[in-house]
Amino acid sequence: MKKFDKERLLLAVAGPVIALVVAVALTSVVLLASGKSPFEPYSIMFEQATFSDIQVLIINQASLYYIAALAVAIGFRMNLFNIGVDGQYQLAAMMAAVVGAHVALPAVLQVPLLMLTAILTGAFWAGIAGVLKVTRGVSEVVATIMLNAIATSVIAYLWLPDVFGVKAGNNNTTGEMKKSGWVPGFNMGDAGEIYGLVILAVVLGIGYWVVLNRTRFGFDLRASGASESAAAASGVNPKRMVLTAMLLSGGLAGLAGLPILMGDSHTYSLNFPTGIGFLGIGIALLGRNSPVGIGFAALLWAWLDKASPELDFHGYDKEIAVIMQGLIVIAVVVSYEGVREWGLRRQQRRVGAELAAGHVLGASSDNNTEKEVAGR
Amino acid sequence: MTTATDVNQPTLQPAAPTGRRLSLPALLLVIAGVLALTSIVRIITGADGITNVSQMSTALELAVPIGLAGLGGLWAERAGVVNIGLEGMMILGTWFGAWAGYQWGPWTGVVVGIIGGCIGGLLHAIITVTFNVNHIVSGVAINILAVGATRYLAPLAFEGKEGGSAKQSPPVDSLGDFTVPGLSHGLSTLNQKGWFFISDIAGLLGGLVTNVSWLTLIAVALVPASWWILWRTPFGLRLRSCGENPVAAESLGVNVYKYKYLAVIISGGLAGLGGVFLSIVANPFYLEGQTSGRGYIGLAAMIFGNWMPGGLALGAGLFGYTDSLHLRGGSDNVHALLLLGAILLVIGAIWLAVQKKYVPAVITLAVGVLVYLWYALTNEVPSQIVTATPYVITLLVLSLSAQRLRMPKADGLPYRKGQGK
Repeated sequence: MKKFDKERLLLAVAGPVIALVVAVALTSVVLLASGKSPFEPYSIMFEQATFSDIQVLIINQASLYYIAALAVAIGFRMNLFNIGVDGQYQLAAMMAAVVGAHVALPAVLQVPLLMLTAILTGAFWAGIAGVLKVTRGVSEVVATIMLNAIATSVIAYLWLPDVFGVKAGNNNTTGEMKKSGWVPGFNMGDAGEIYGLVILAVVLGIGYWVVLNRTRFGFDLRASGASESAAAASGVNPKRMVLTAMLLSGGLAGLAGLPILMGDSHTYSLNFPTGIGFLGIGIALLGRNSPVGIGFAALLWAWLDKASPELDFHGYDKEIAVIMQGLIVIAVVVSYEGVREWGLRRQQRRVGAELAAGHVLGASSDNNTEKEVAGR
Repeated sequence: MTTATDVNQPTLQPAAPTGRRLSLPALLLVIAGVLALTSIVRIITGADGITNVSQMSTALELAVPIGLAGLGGLWAERAGVVNIGLEGMMILGTWFGAWAGYQWGPWTGVVVGIIGGCIGGLLHAIITVTFNVNHIVSGVAINILAVGATRYLAPLAFEGKEGGSAKQSPPVDSLGDFTVPGLSHGLSTLNQKGWFFISDIAGLLGGLVTNVSWLTLIAVALVPASWWILWRTPFGLRLRSCGENPVAAESLGVNVYKYKYLAVIISGGLAGLGGVFLSIVANPFYLEGQTSGRGYIGLAAMIFGNWMPGGLALGAGLFGYTDSLHLRGGSDNVHALLLLGAILLVIGAIWLAVQKKYVPAVITLAVGVLVYLWYALTNEVPSQIVTATPYVITLLVLSLSAQRLRMPKADGLPYRKGQGK
């Protein structure tokens, strides 16, 4: 039993480690090919991570990534591809900003109100795709891609001065939110402020783990992901499952923009970060849909983002970090699949050997619970 | 490995659309009917812009990259590989096309851009076919990588060059375009007369023969060419068999891996050509973020067109037309099209009523009346609504007809050699 656990751990760690090594090696090749030192950028970036102001930036950025990736992961756990996290979080952040600018309640009510607005907006936007999938059979991939594009137009419409927009110079904003909706951060002195809602990200991560691993709903959801027909046979209503998962994913996605909205920007403007939903897909893949793994992946991504600008001052291009992110994602999906197949084959061989030796199979029957991987 | 990810796939088993396929004359009749209606609307509202020659040629120019991406999607999906990475392959096409184009002339740019797209396709093929990774995951990863690669390469290649910057390439020479002499002039005079129907047809045709880039011509020709290759040659039959039932294809001696690889590489090449069109024809330079999601739209156009070349061309045309309405600042024109939409909805309601589908008929009628009220009570439509229109229409079409669409049967499913044994 103990030996097996070790092997399982090895398999779980092998995927990301191989992927990171390959991605780093390939990035070094890219650096070499452009005639630069293949190692110095890493040491510069590692050095950056030791500065406390950069650390604050990394943690703040990672909180956005983390929530977005959780939203993607919840869909992945049941083979649903919510490509629309990007549109969902942007629209939700905008609606929260609009409500925050026009409603002034005491903070005890205001903050939950804004969160609820964001959750409902995100869930509504994802829910459209969910309803279309269960009632009309439209693929959620295509529907969410369309909804992303529509969300961009809706946001541009809401930004019009005679709707909710407030012009600030050349920038479109939604006006500053009322103070009661601001969430105070943790003051780190000269290093800056950590968003208060980083706590929210942590809470969501714990909640995600509890719901998926310790509730009946979570079990049903994972079962639907592993085998839809088996889940249906055990009494799970697949349509309801799809819709619930989509709504949950959208609601989570809605929260992804809030740490920066309520902690720093206090308005939804052109400077609001975009594309976090797509990055979330890569982060969820790297983190293998597990709350801890996603946490590490989000920190890695945020580190690449926030430590790379320094490279420009040392004669490198900071875009090397973006290449590295892309390479990591590709290396990750390939290595996970490879490791998974290798593990399966090993298991089959072992079972075969045991059978040949005349052992009873049942003795090790609890071993073949393969964890589902999004990349299937 | 047993779970099938049903991308673009109706949850129910798709019914074969045998009884409902429109014959060619019927289809032409429908198109002519819509044109006639458009013409009536134009005369009522006085919005001459909606079938203007320049409107139509803009629409064509905007439709081409979407159509090429769609064709790319068609090739890959017909061989059973879902290609969400079209966007990334287009991005590679824009960069490679402009990079080679400004140094060695535009036609070299076209070739190198296609090769750039093919590299993206090859990567997608390696990941999905050889390593059997989920197709959507791989596509998303390729999109991320393509953005990163071009962003890294652009400053290295373009910064410091004349007219270039970290985000933009130096200008590329034009490929040249042609105008059919006589015909173009005649059609545009006819178009300006404002006659019922004839002027609108003239506008549509005029758009097809005025200032058309050679690349546009090639792109348009690729639609029937793809149809011919995929549906009329042994090569195409084998390729499609890999998308319908790879195990059966394998049992007949088809090398499924080879065909999947070829299809996905061609798919990347087509998407790359779409990218080249953006960075050489539509604009004479590469610009970061130039594709702005057209790869995804191409995929939508293909699904809209039921995985058929003709249908996807129609879908691309629709996207191109609505885009051109937005670009040419035609809020009057869009306002006029509201009336067209209302009329079409009312006709749809009558059609549904004749078929005794009373509930949908009433709903459609109600929506039609609402659109008419919108037309009657306002003077213009915000441009943001115009930008959203094609996406909303695609969603509507998908939700109304998703069960009648028929995707390749093994589309998006993993395949291993010998799995059928």
